[in-house]
Amino acid sequence: MSHVWQYFSDNRSEVFGWLRTTIWLAVVPLVIGLAVSLPIGWFASRFRWAYPPVISFGGLLYTIPSIVIFLALPGILGTGILDPVNVAVALTVYCIALLVRAVADGLASVDRAFLDAASAMGYSTRQRLLAIQLPLAVPAIGAGLRVAAVSNVSLVAVASTLGVSQLGSLFTLGNTTGDTAPIWLGLIMFILLALVIDAVILVGLRAATPWRRALQQ
Amino acid sequence: MVAGVLGSSGGLPSIRLVPGWLTTASNWSGQHGLLVSLREHVVYTLVAVVLAAFFAIPVGLVLGHTGRGGFAVAGVANAIRAVPAFGLMILLYVLVSPKITFRGGIGWLVPRGALGSFIPIEAMLVVLAIPPILVNTYAGVQAVDPAARDAARGMGMTGRQVVTSVELPVALPLVLAGVRSAVLQVIATATIAGYLPFLGGLGYQIFINGLPQINNTKVGYPAMLGAAVIVALLAVVAELLLLGVEKLIVSPGLTGSFRLKRRSRTLRQAQAGVPDGYSPQIQGET
Amino acid sequence: MIRFDAVTKRYPDGTVAVDGLDLVAETGQITVFVGPSGCGKTTSLRMINRMIEPTSGRIWLDDQDTATINSNELRRGIGYVIQQGGLFPHRTVVDNVATVPVLLGENRRQARRKALELLEQVGLPPAFASRYPAQLSGGQQQRVGVARALAADPPVMLMDEPFSAVDPVVRSQLQDEFLRLQGELGKTIVFVTHDIDEAIKMGDQVAVFRVGGHLAQMSTPRELLTNPADSFVAGFVGRDRGYRALGFTAAGELPLRAEAVVALGEPLETVRDRASDGWVLVVDSQQHPQGWLSVAAAAGAQAGTPGNVTEGMLNLGGTLATEDSSLRAALDAALSSPSGRGVVVGTEGSVLGTVTASQVLARIEHERAVASLASDAK
Repeated sequence: MSHVWQYFSDNRSEVFGWLRTTIWLAVVPLVIGLAVSLPIGWFASRFRWAYPPVISFGGLLYTIPSIVIFLALPGILGTGILDPVNVAVALTVYCIALLVRAVADGLASVDRAFLDAASAMGYSTRQRLLAIQLPLAVPAIGAGLRVAAVSNVSLVAVASTLGVSQLGSLFTLGNTTGDTAPIWLGLIMFILLALVIDAVILVGLRAATPWRRALQQ
Repeated sequence: MVAGVLGSSGGLPSIRLVPGWLTTASNWSGQHGLLVSLREHVVYTLVAVVLAAFFAIPVGLVLGHTGRGGFAVAGVANAIRAVPAFGLMILLYVLVSPKITFRGGIGWLVPRGALGSFIPIEAMLVVLAIPPILVNTYAGVQAVDPAARDAARGMGMTGRQVVTSVELPVALPLVLAGVRSAVLQVIATATIAGYLPFLGGLGYQIFINGLPQINNTKVGYPAMLGAAVIVALLAVVAELLLLGVEKLIVSPGLTGSFRLKRRSRTLRQAQAGVPDGYSPQIQGET
Repeated sequence: MIRFDAVTKRYPDGTVAVDGLDLVAETGQITVFVGPSGCGKTTSLRMINRMIEPTSGRIWLDDQDTATINSNELRRGIGYVIQQGGLFPHRTVVDNVATVPVLLGENRRQARRKALELLEQVGLPPAFASRYPAQLSGGQQQRVGVARALAADPPVMLMDEPFSAVDPVVRSQLQDEFLRLQGELGKTIVFVTHDIDEAIKMGDQVAVFRVGGHLAQMSTPRELLTNPADSFVAGFVGRDRGYRALGFTAAGELPLRAEAVVALGEPLETVRDRASDGWVLVVDSQQHPQGWLSVAAAAGAQAGTPGNVTEGMLNLGGTLATEDSSLRAALDAALSSPSGRGVVVGTEGSVLGTVTASQVLARIEHERAVASLASDAK
């Protein structure tokens, strides 16, 4: 492992630059994806007729391999293949495809009894959604969010095959030079990044669901 | 190198060239044609998923049956998902391929000289395919009605009979969902096989045919996108095929579709009150 | 015969579920294990087919120690019915029932044929055979569960709260039909329930368990009601013991009063002539009782338009007793009747006569006198 550390300290600034790009690429699509998925997922859960088409379309989008979207977007958006924005948009599409289903299922899984009680107390539909349904759906949505986050990080690496500069470039470098040090470094950093993002989400979930903590006591 | 070719945004051939490229017959034939790539891609997927299922389904069945190891299953699955597939593949390639001296091919499985690339690719794909199958098999067995399991034991079924006669059939929908998920992931990720030398698959069209000649209107960008479209179509077809298989082998008692498919003749006769002597030849029924 | 010989079940954390149980479940009888939650009744049942292994003591099946038989073989010879049914959702009803015979090596076609017969015996028409459990109601699923347990014709059956998960009406039907079936089959049955009324109805012998796995009392249902062993059993058996115990004595020869009846459709004027004490019994063309009509109600109807006796005018309160029913049924018929006269019908359902509450009570006193004379003489 010492040569891995050596490689790291030799190329520190470049690696950190890549790390920044990677974090940006891993997190921003996730956040935007969640923001976009919430209303769409709510719509699919609220209107029974909307659920099958929305979920099927999302499923279809997720079926399309990442490379495909990376490549198709330049033609549609007019961006270059190398442009990180291209990758970000592609990853956002993936996150939306994954999260719409998680949001829809999560909202639908909230026991009807809670919603009826809220209405009977005088909550308007909008208040009920924000104050009752959404908080109770957080655990289910959170589970989907974690899967999306980890998948996302893994997909960022693939973009290096097209030349997009981020941590995945460690892999392509290692491949061309035959040096395993950057490859190990890349693997370690990606895994750490995935674990850190997962941990952050977990902490956020626990903060958002204090009643579950009480249960565990 | 590649960066120099791609340059800045814009200047790419039009996306509208893709249909043309896809419908040109010459692009389908030949040693490096689309047909060969497609076939190779399917082979890689099949080998990876079958190997992964061979390992993950029995392990998931046993762990689900005993109920132990739930944490381990979830933990291992999550840990594997955190590893970037691309990086794993490169690592395996750099470590393993110099040690492979076999330079021939293996029938239709491995192109000439490609064993050094084939093993890292398949290893990576198998590792990728294991989590969805393992997790789903475990969850599927755990979800079997505990009353049914208790009744099965109480009737005198051995542990193995409980697994094969009750737990596996009832868990089948979830197991197949896991296999489906694995197939889709593998089809998608197998495209990066084209990045390694000697190997084909549809990734070949993307990385060898396409990327280095990106601005070429005859191959280049249209080839990349065209192959990408084929990958997407392959994924959709695979999903539909697997859904069809599921319809065939999963008991209707589980799916809720109660249209009777095949009632044995003796059963029908018995229900109609026909005396038993009327059943001529009965083949073995399931 | 099933014999418990100083059987104890102690768990690693120290809880004693069953404590030195000595008990015999006679061949051909239904022995009911009853008691509050945590009394060890289910644990004891499950030790018979070794789903739970005893910590000490032995369980004998006729002359064989169950510990010496291979557990899977043991279970294939014992029918097992559980509360939630446990039907295999991926198999049709007929294949569910045929499970154990096929497990024992029987030809599948034959097993299915026998399964169809069994389904009929438990009251399910052949059309149900090719359905899946998810298509059946709770009561129907329980019937399949019973048929499945009977499929290999085991001499012994273990039933763990089999009828608890259905509503009271269905439960009562299932109990009655099972008793009828047992009348034909005569199996050795151990039946667990938490419901004392079910225990009293179903059991030839009832074993009352106390929390901690001790046997408080084991006797016939009647003995349990009339002579509870201690205050716990008395409390558990509950109130109305005297009344419920009446269910076990036949009414025998009751003095029946011949009733003048009015048939449906007869003119209302006849009511006043035939009524006595303000009420008349209304029957149909086959002399089957339909209800009671009060003179006041008839007069009120007549004031409107003179007409005939119709169903809508009748008071339907009042249960029926048969010739051979128990004292309890006879007393209930008298008490629930609006006229104070309980209707007694014959086997075909036609009215034989009526009896009053005081006549039934006189009979009860007579029985007690006879019984105490007999016990004094011993």
